[in-house]
Amino acid sequence: MMDLADLYRDVVVDHNRKPRNYGTLPHANRTVEGTNPLCGDRLQLYLDVEGDLVRDVRFEGQGCAISTASASLMSEAIKGRSVAEVQELFRNVHDMLTRHDATPAAGLGKLAALSGVREFPARVKCASLCWHALNAALAGDTRPVSTE
Amino acid sequence: MAAHPEALAPLDVARVRQDFPILSRRVRGRPLVYLDSAASAQHPRAVINAEVRYYEEHHSNVHRGVHTLSQEATDLYEGTRETVRRFINAASTREIVFVRGTTEAINLVAQSWGRPRLRPGDEVVISWLEHHANIVPWQQVCEQTGARLRVVPIDRRGVVDFDAYLGLLGPRTRMVALAHVSNALGTVLPIRDFIAAARERGIATLVDGAQAVPHQPVDVQALDCDFYAFSGHKVYGPTGVGVLYGRESLLESMPPWQGGGDMILTVSFEGTTYNSLPWKFEAGTPNVAGVVALGTAIDYVTGIGLQRIADHEQALLAYATERLSSVPGLTLIGTAPHKASVVSFVVEGIHAHDLGTILDVEGVAIRTGHHCAMPVMDFFGVPATARASFALYNTRGEVDALIQGLGRAREVLG
Repeated sequence: MMDLADLYRDVVVDHNRKPRNYGTLPHANRTVEGTNPLCGDRLQLYLDVEGDLVRDVRFEGQGCAISTASASLMSEAIKGRSVAEVQELFRNVHDMLTRHDATPAAGLGKLAALSGVREFPARVKCASLCWHALNAALAGDTRPVSTE
Repeated sequence: MAAHPEALAPLDVARVRQDFPILSRRVRGRPLVYLDSAASAQHPRAVINAEVRYYEEHHSNVHRGVHTLSQEATDLYEGTRETVRRFINAASTREIVFVRGTTEAINLVAQSWGRPRLRPGDEVVISWLEHHANIVPWQQVCEQTGARLRVVPIDRRGVVDFDAYLGLLGPRTRMVALAHVSNALGTVLPIRDFIAAARERGIATLVDGAQAVPHQPVDVQALDCDFYAFSGHKVYGPTGVGVLYGRESLLESMPPWQGGGDMILTVSFEGTTYNSLPWKFEAGTPNVAGVVALGTAIDYVTGIGLQRIADHEQALLAYATERLSSVPGLTLIGTAPHKASVVSFVVEGIHAHDLGTILDVEGVAIRTGHHCAMPVMDFFGVPATARASFALYNTRGEVDALIQGLGRAREVLG
């Protein structure tokens, strides 16, 4: 049964109200824009990647509670992690958002709060936009990313 | 079909609702509150049955065979052309072209009227509140011909600036293409004035009537426009069918848009002679069932009376506007003095998509997003709005459900 409390968990509501790592990153060396053309949402992701390490991250843009909370949670989860760890996180989050049979992988931490999104198919793209932008940024692709 | 004989009595909405099977379904365990008719209206049983009956009893290809079914299908199809002609008071059925919808109608005019005529430096005038369907086809033909697209500004209420419009009409203006009613804001344009100003200057006019036809009587001869386009599914008819009205002398002068069967008289490898109006613009087997059911939808709304529908919807609009105005943090987007039954709004701190999801869980269907009118969103500086639209089957109780759902959104995300 789809339940609003499953989608808008306390952690999600909190990160929407007070997004972490929000703003620009003057010393960013990777910047990618993500857009969701269906809703007009835009997100700018700034990364400072040194060798194998995601040293710092910021994001800004206009989005719904799900997309804002997802980006905020992501920024907390990836800061200070290695590129390989972040890529594994990407795969685990992707599975969590799209696979009904999956139990959220261990090590997702607070990101598991987004698991309710998969019961609302129209909202999966809201949660995944920042992750696709991240994936592109790590691959060195600076072209804008779209959910479509 | 339900008969609604009492000409001046208010709409009996309880009775009307019984005509629409889908309105009795539940969504997520709650009664459906459908407030998205501006995107696509629901269908009375009569319209659904018209398609079924057509397929069960009359289907064949039109304008083809000598056999009975083909003749019946042709009679139903061409009979609907007369229904449409009467509905919008066109002078002749030769001016009624069946298309897939408003989008196709505008593309047809842009390509068949515009492309051969427009020269570099010519101008096409549209307004800031157009749906993408009345922007992109003109952008494309401008690119193809070197013509220029000019845009009439709107003000903070969502009213198209008539003086600015007059200022934009110049010696190079060839076409004025305007919405009759804005889908994103509900603004009703004083379209006769806009058309008259263009006609005085010898400029052709197209009216995107998709959002107007369900809400008010339309008389293309009184409007004096050259083209008028609308879609079946906004007026309780099927998807995939629509109408292009075109002034006969103009349609006559335009080349066919698509080639194929039905639009020809003779074909040889040396050349082809085209069919007469309106079939010249109807290449290929048309959406016969859709056209037939559109005729039934038109009979349905005219049976109730468009003025009676308009009165009902205007009362709902006034009630919804008043109730929404008292919702904390809510801003109405589109406050023109003359509106169709559409309310677009944003709520401080809550994105339109979150509103849409939370309302959906309450059984309330609204539209959220840019409404295929991104320039309008840019103008008001919002990425998206929530939009509730009211049709002949909506009630004050459903407006209350919307307000209640917005309260729930505040609880969840506040």
